[in-house]
Amino acid sequence: MSLNLFSSKGYAPDQQRFTWRDMVGKPISKLDDDAFTRVRIILMNGIENEALRFQHIAARMSRDLRLSLAQIRRTEQHQATMVNWLLGPDHSPLETTIAYEQVAIEVTAAVAQREPDPYIAQAYRFGMLEDFDHLYRYSALLDRLEGKDANNILQSYTDILPGRPTVVEHRAPQDDLREPYDRTTAAPLTRLHALLITAAEFQTHDYYMNIGPLFADPVARQLYAEIASIEEQHVTQYGSLLNPEESVLEQWLMHEATEVYTYYSCVEQETNPRVKAIWERFLDYELGHFHHVAELFKQYEKRDPAELFPTDLPEPVRFASQRDFVRQVLAQEVDLRANGTQFVPLAQESRASIDYRDQINSEGSPSETVAAGYVWTPGTELNRKVAVAV
Amino acid sequence: MKEQTPSMGMNRTGVQMSPFDASEMTRATPPSMMPATPGDDTMLAEMRRSYIEESDPLGSVPLPGTFTGAVTTGTQMLMGNEPQLLLDKLGERLAFERTGTRLYDALISKFEALQDNSTSMTLADLQQIRQDEARHFAIVAEAITSVGGDPTSQTPCADLAGVEAIGLMQAVTDPRTNIAQSLHAILLAEMADNAGWEMLIALAEDQGQGAMITDFTVALDEERSHLQRVQRWYEEATLGKPISAGASVDNVSDVSPSQPLH
Repeated sequence: MSLNLFSSKGYAPDQQRFTWRDMVGKPISKLDDDAFTRVRIILMNGIENEALRFQHIAARMSRDLRLSLAQIRRTEQHQATMVNWLLGPDHSPLETTIAYEQVAIEVTAAVAQREPDPYIAQAYRFGMLEDFDHLYRYSALLDRLEGKDANNILQSYTDILPGRPTVVEHRAPQDDLREPYDRTTAAPLTRLHALLITAAEFQTHDYYMNIGPLFADPVARQLYAEIASIEEQHVTQYGSLLNPEESVLEQWLMHEATEVYTYYSCVEQETNPRVKAIWERFLDYELGHFHHVAELFKQYEKRDPAELFPTDLPEPVRFASQRDFVRQVLAQEVDLRANGTQFVPLAQESRASIDYRDQINSEGSPSETVAAGYVWTPGTELNRKVAVAV
Repeated sequence: MKEQTPSMGMNRTGVQMSPFDASEMTRATPPSMMPATPGDDTMLAEMRRSYIEESDPLGSVPLPGTFTGAVTTGTQMLMGNEPQLLLDKLGERLAFERTGTRLYDALISKFEALQDNSTSMTLADLQQIRQDEARHFAIVAEAITSVGGDPTSQTPCADLAGVEAIGLMQAVTDPRTNIAQSLHAILLAEMADNAGWEMLIALAEDQGQGAMITDFTVALDEERSHLQRVQRWYEEATLGKPISAGASVDNVSDVSPSQPLH
């Protein structure tokens, strides 16, 4: 079923209400719910947090929009709460980290395959191979620190293998910037993709920055410090795909459209009926936000919002294992590097990035340390080692 | 070497270190500033109760994924047994032994780094216990397979064992904790492990799983030995210095009452 932003009015913002009990409902089951239910929860939390982040920045740049931004933002806050509180407390912070990396891999891989702009699709594949490696490093940490199998979280949808090694992902800032899409010619899907992937990476960065210091183990503390730095690079990369010439209102409208699009994608594929009801409710809320902002767009910009969305919304983001695609990209592109805004073969990597990396890794690499000799085995590497010993 | 007994110093957490401010905080608060929230802590308990009444379980014990497993489980059910209960508790033991192995890995690192000789504990002792834990993990994995279960799955009690163990892992992997503090966490683990094996043997007996009991009894004997040794090392590490020798004093303060800060 396709969705048209202008024919579905949604729920009026002033009717969008919550209670604490409503926001803090039953969490999903870590053991019985499908991993993609958790993927959707984490993604939507990222989307809601991006909405909050953007709307705060927008309020600093526009006196006229402050009241509307404050009103819509209050609902986004409570939506973010209700979504994020769906994660069960039996997920350790490290298990949740595994789930965050699964989101980064599977959603970015799905988006990369649908992205109509070849350069931007390349950027997604480039970042995805790095998150793929993070999953491998964190899986080693989970195994060697907590004695747990990351596949209990991944449910066999996602491979646990080295990608582009984290140790070589550290680049000079100028090599993380990308060319933005052209706001006059970019397809709506390109703009939606750029916002949703930036949102997902931003929350991953913030999550690692918050939980990294909660670990006692110095290896874990270093690993989170290292991978959080790469996530900052990823936010730089994906954020630079967004066109800086868009007006504040145009950006706000795109944010609301992205929220609609991702909730719509969740509604279409959710397997947990209780969670699906939340996606349906919030899809209606976001349609209400979109129409509110569309009116502001007409009022202040004297433009027709339909010019940004001439047709129905694109097909939903596909929430499914992208194993074959990921393996193919891994085989073909693991040696790609960056030089300025361009992706280049290994030998053409910028001197600035090599120098930066040599310095930051000069006292050792936590991602190499944690995964030294690590080969994922069902039931943890102890399963393999004990079997060998017996 | 890291001191086994804590030093005396500028710990700022108690009210005696801030007598002036603490006195301000407790003295003659105007009625307008007194807490106005009605009720007492029974309201908190009521909220918890309402969530308990409505909550779902953590999850389920997985259905057998193989034909043999389905037959084995079905046969057990026909015999009036509850294979899911046994599988859940086997899963718990498996998770606990695996995490226990990693706890000992962390303790071994600490022991090697500190070169602590305040106890009779040796590196060989720790390596042997670590190997025992890994072997117990393998024994339970085999037992799960023998009754048609999947040893790679995480059962509800296994999940909870992970939640329970997080604090222990944090205590042992913290580079600031000494051997005595780390051994206290290990002692908690060993006590729980002993009780866990006793429960598992009773459950296996109850469900007619005689083949498991021999291996499990050996494991329990080994765990009892671990507990006794860890308890002794913990006491040695904690009381290693005669108390009469007096607590050490660092150079921030001296044994006279510290100066109030504020």
